[in-house]
Amino acid sequence: MSTRIGADEVVGTDEDPAVEAARRPGRLRRQEKWAALALLLPATLGFLVFYIYPALRGAWFSLTDYDLLSDPEFTGMDNVRTLVADPQVWQSLRITAVFSLASIAVTMVLALGLAALMQRLRLGPGTRALLLLPWLVPNVAIALIWSWLLDANVGFLKNLLEQIGIPGFTFYNAEAALTILVLISTWAGLGYTALLLYAGMLQVPHDLYEAAALDGATEAGMFWRITIPLIRPVLALVVVVSLIGSFQVFDLVQVGYGNNPIPEVRVIYYYIYQQAFNFYRMGYASTIALLLLLILATLTFVQLRLMRANRSDLA
Amino acid sequence: MTATLTTVRPVPGSPPARPRTRRRRPVGVGAVLAWVVVGLVVLATVFPFYWMIRTALTPAADLITDAGRLFPSDPTLINFRRVLGLATLEETVAAGGSGASIDFVRYTLNSLFYAGSVAVVQTFSCAAAAYAFARLHFPGRDLLFGVFLAGLMIPPIFTLLPNFALVRELDLVGTMAGLVAPALLMNPFTIFFLRQFFLSLPRQVEEAAMLDGVGSLGRFWRITLPMSRGPVATMVLITFVAMWKDYLWPLVAGNSDETRLLSVGLGVFQQQSPNTSPDWTGLMAGSALSVVPVLLILLLLGKQLVQSLNFSAGK
Repeated sequence: MSTRIGADEVVGTDEDPAVEAARRPGRLRRQEKWAALALLLPATLGFLVFYIYPALRGAWFSLTDYDLLSDPEFTGMDNVRTLVADPQVWQSLRITAVFSLASIAVTMVLALGLAALMQRLRLGPGTRALLLLPWLVPNVAIALIWSWLLDANVGFLKNLLEQIGIPGFTFYNAEAALTILVLISTWAGLGYTALLLYAGMLQVPHDLYEAAALDGATEAGMFWRITIPLIRPVLALVVVVSLIGSFQVFDLVQVGYGNNPIPEVRVIYYYIYQQAFNFYRMGYASTIALLLLLILATLTFVQLRLMRANRSDLA
Repeated sequence: MTATLTTVRPVPGSPPARPRTRRRRPVGVGAVLAWVVVGLVVLATVFPFYWMIRTALTPAADLITDAGRLFPSDPTLINFRRVLGLATLEETVAAGGSGASIDFVRYTLNSLFYAGSVAVVQTFSCAAAAYAFARLHFPGRDLLFGVFLAGLMIPPIFTLLPNFALVRELDLVGTMAGLVAPALLMNPFTIFFLRQFFLSLPRQVEEAAMLDGVGSLGRFWRITLPMSRGPVATMVLITFVAMWKDYLWPLVAGNSDETRLLSVGLGVFQQQSPNTSPDWTGLMAGSALSVVPVLLILLLLGKQLVQSLNFSAGK
């Protein structure tokens, strides 16, 4: 019996685990079961209490009217009907989807370029660490810094953009707000994403480039024909992790725009938060969260399929 | 013969091959351009932080006159002093503040405790489970691992709502215990990641120990764990950063002075600042303070961090 759930399989063994287990005396195997129980206990406890139980409970909440003070009251499909007819849910999902797709597209293109430069210029770890700075800073500080840079009165970046002929790029400008959110999230994630892709590029065997160079390939040709195909698994992983992450955008909006954000940036996490913690509609918030779960599960499924298709690239 | 043929054959679909000397290491115009691009990226990454510090050192009265200056014409520490609560009320009001301050030391300690305890305990709890999944034989192993992995698909907000209800029922809202509980023991990704690594370790050392009568727990603690220092450190570091930046859960579950994290404290400080004319110099001083611990981490552990990321993407 060998595990087939995880991606790659046992590397360091040349023996079938079943054969090996059969050779072991019974006392050892009993000891092993107890050891497994002990080793699994903490994580399983955390899993049962803070994953399984709340997941089941969340599903139950989604069918109730629950204000946190009195007990949840079963209302059947009422919340679902409300959700279908609630334009703000669909509007928020649309905004979130546009935000996610745009910020991933921009981040991936820039990060690929940056990673390729890191690889070619052999950028030292000091510079690479510097590029990680925005990833380490809480989004609260990032939201504050950028709302100041783009302040409508004396924002430094806003003034700069005005001087080169791009007016109206201010934080609270409804038309620019979503674009600004995308740019901030790109700025915050660029270095981190580039480093992950760069790590993938380090795995590409050097002689492939040397052979291609002997064949007269150009830098660009090598990038498209060698680098991109061979880092596709890392690329797929990064894309979907970013996708799931950016669907959860919240802090930038909640801090940047305060308690009453302009409609253009009301993302889905903010809407759920508002329903649950401002209006105490825990049941309805759970219904929206359940919808989000279904959407993200579908996206994750698609991702896993993509990754499997890409596995053999560097075999 | 083939060599002469291949050197003149252009790669299909790409511009004709350039002279060989341009290829191995980019020299001349290309390299200069590449370095300029990297320089611009570094500048774009660092400048917002520079501007934050510059603003924090500027007296509020000079904000408009200094709007375009790279250095404050009359630098001051008053903003830091009033944000830390070290200035008198008159000084604070004169400098444009609302009298609100950040209990910086306490919030930083809270953040360090939250991020540190979760990072360490969670990683070890997950390492133990990962070892059981990678090396031990017990009934239902693969099924349980599959169920754990499914936990990856649950968006945090879906379990956050019931977890908040649970912590509230246990009367733990606003306590450190309630704050750390949900993340303390379990993270499906950590288990998945460490299991993959344990599977890639050679079995021979463990088998030798087994013949010497070392039990499963001993092999995990004395052999596998010391052999896995790199990946374990990676998970501790990545978890630490994620918890350091955590916002939504600490916002709802940790909203008391005893448990408020730096990120939440900064958000609260911002909400106390008047909306019509935000206290930018104070907000930037607060943001700057919240970046200081991160800068220290980057200075002390920057290289380790970069290596960790390489490692996590390379696996």
